Amino acid sequence: MTATPAVHATGLVKTFGAFRAVDGIDLEVRQGEIYGVLGPNGAGKTTTLKMLATLLPIDGGHAEIFGVDVRREPHRIRQLVGVTGQYASVDENLTGTENLVLFARLLGQSSRQARRTAADLLGRFGLEEASDRQIQNFSGGMRRRLDLAASLIARPPLIFLDEPTTGLDPRTRGQMWDTIRELVAQGSTILLTTQYLDEADQLADRIAVIDRGRKVAEGTPDQLKESVGSSTLHLRVADRDQTTRAASIVERVLGEAPVLTPEAGGLNIALTDANRTADVLIALRQGDVDITTAAVRQPTLDEVFLTLTGHHAEDDHADDHADDHEEVA
Amino acid sequence: MTTLLPDLPTTAVPAAPGADRVLAARPSLRDTVNQTLAMAWRATKKMRRNPEQFFDVTLQPILFTAMFAYIFGGAVSGSVADYLPLIIPGILAQTALTACMATGTQMREDMDKGVFDRFKSLPIARIAPLAGPMLADLIRYGTAATITILVGIAMGYRPGGGVLGVLAGWALTIFAGWSLSWIFAWLGTVARSAQAVQGIGMMIMFPLTFLSNAFVPMDTLPGWLEAFVKINPVSHVVTAVRDLMNDGNVTVQVGWALLGCAVVVAVFAPLAVRTYFRKM
Ligand SMILES: Nc1ncnc2c1ncn2[C@@H]1O[C@H](COP(=O)(O)OP(=O)(O)OP(=O)(O)O)[C@@H](O)[C@H]1O
Ligand SMILES: [Mg+2]
Repeated sequence: MTATPAVHATGLVKTFGAFRAVDGIDLEVRQGEIYGVLGPNGAGKTTTLKMLATLLPIDGGHAEIFGVDVRREPHRIRQLVGVTGQYASVDENLTGTENLVLFARLLGQSSRQARRTAADLLGRFGLEEASDRQIQNFSGGMRRRLDLAASLIARPPLIFLDEPTTGLDPRTRGQMWDTIRELVAQGSTILLTTQYLDEADQLADRIAVIDRGRKVAEGTPDQLKESVGSSTLHLRVADRDQTTRAASIVERVLGEAPVLTPEAGGLNIALTDANRTADVLIALRQGDVDITTAAVRQPTLDEVFLTLTGHHAEDDHADDHADDHEEVA
Repeated sequence: MTTLLPDLPTTAVPAAPGADRVLAARPSLRDTVNQTLAMAWRATKKMRRNPEQFFDVTLQPILFTAMFAYIFGGAVSGSVADYLPLIIPGILAQTALTACMATGTQMREDMDKGVFDRFKSLPIARIAPLAGPMLADLIRYGTAATITILVGIAMGYRPGGGVLGVLAGWALTIFAGWSLSWIFAWLGTVARSAQAVQGIGMMIMFPLTFLSNAFVPMDTLPGWLEAFVKINPVSHVVTAVRDLMNDGNVTVQVGWALLGCAVVVAVFAPLAVRTYFRKM
């Protein structure tokens, strides 16, 4: 595709004092795709988005949105990007209608147009019954929807969604996913951040995994899964006290340590060759380790994430490790 | 499946592609005015929703006028009725100043709110979120001035300047309030919290009002205090309002008051706008 990328950023840096919250991130978002930025708390997701949305000054690097320089032409950028922040940015003291009318008028609509836009959006987002209530009485899900509605008033071609489903119940979350897919179907480009791996897997065409202000991997969900190993053997030992012993047996057989899952007694073993499964199981039997579950499957994004950022967090040579994975895309 | 995007006026551009959009490099003057009006509209909505915000411009003038008149009237001027021409302009200046302080604290509170992030992300004039509330606050100064004058009249104040003189005094009070509110708007943009603005505001407000000729004639004060009272801009405003309302005279004091206010605006408006832009 030769079209101008929706987002083209190289070497983005943001420092707070001596702390580098964003430490040289490259991003390229193509028009019409959903691009997911995945990372744990404090990874620098919000900071990156804020820099791209002109909400924070860029301390280093270069960014363009639809070919427009973010640093030099903030006013033009603001006409291209609709931002739905991590925390709902709507006015608590105004009603749903008043909020949307205000934003529509700020965007140049006459007061009659603004009222129509507001009524229209409230209807589409199922917020009619809340139109005359102050936001401070809204539920979290309603706030999020109103916030998203507010970002769509000017029909921006690029939409930033910072953790759009954090704090939502599963049903509301599914609705938000549908909404996001629908926006893309209508021609928008979406850059979203998330801590949920299934969300990135479900929605994103491409994903960047970031940790501590650096991109540790990038690619399609499938590419990322492959980068960790073609398949994963998931084991659960019967006696959780044997977990460490099981891990060392696996390491002896395969030459690589397995990843311990958050639930006790679970081991995830990346296999470059699924045929090695039998070797592992036999070694465990000989070592008198009882297992309750054994399953071979494609690695989930969860494991990709654990492998990438888990190593990264422990590894002293974090940079070398990051480079190993950067070429995935 | 219903579509999520709003029906748009015919001038609107399609959602994509973004690269083909015609983009304005900066907001035009007309946009800026409209956006300021929209932000002022927002401020009035909030005023209506939090009527307690009006306590300082409704109850306070009523309370203070009655209190000061009955407590000091006899002592200062011999009688309540004789004291009214002296005290009403004083109360006017005092309530205008109190109302100013709220401008600063609310500015600070507003900037800490989530909605400010949206204002920042919209293609609007950067000044609009500051100018809008400043404009809407004219309503507060207007309310304060009107109520003070009405309470005075109810208590027996018969301004010698007639309707025109009273209107001129009323207008000068509002202008002075608006001008001085730039000091507090600036404080609002530099202070760390709304409480800090309130605290510093009190420290500015009390000397400005009480160390002026608002409540007592200047010649009763010790010399060193008189010197400060004389240069205090609030004194000039009070004297100017007295000249207008009590005598219907546009005196040189009116000129000084207007000049003083203009200087305050010339100094603090750019300061406020500058620190505000840094955060915007
Ligand atoms: N204004 C600020 N001043 C100082 N440090 C900041 C500031 N904003 C963010 N940080 C720091 O920068 C780092 C990245 O923050 P950021 O909010 O971008 O993370 P995030 O990936 O969005 O995390 P979360 O998932 O919790 O939202 C964090 O360590 C945070 O403490
Ligand atoms: Mg965040």
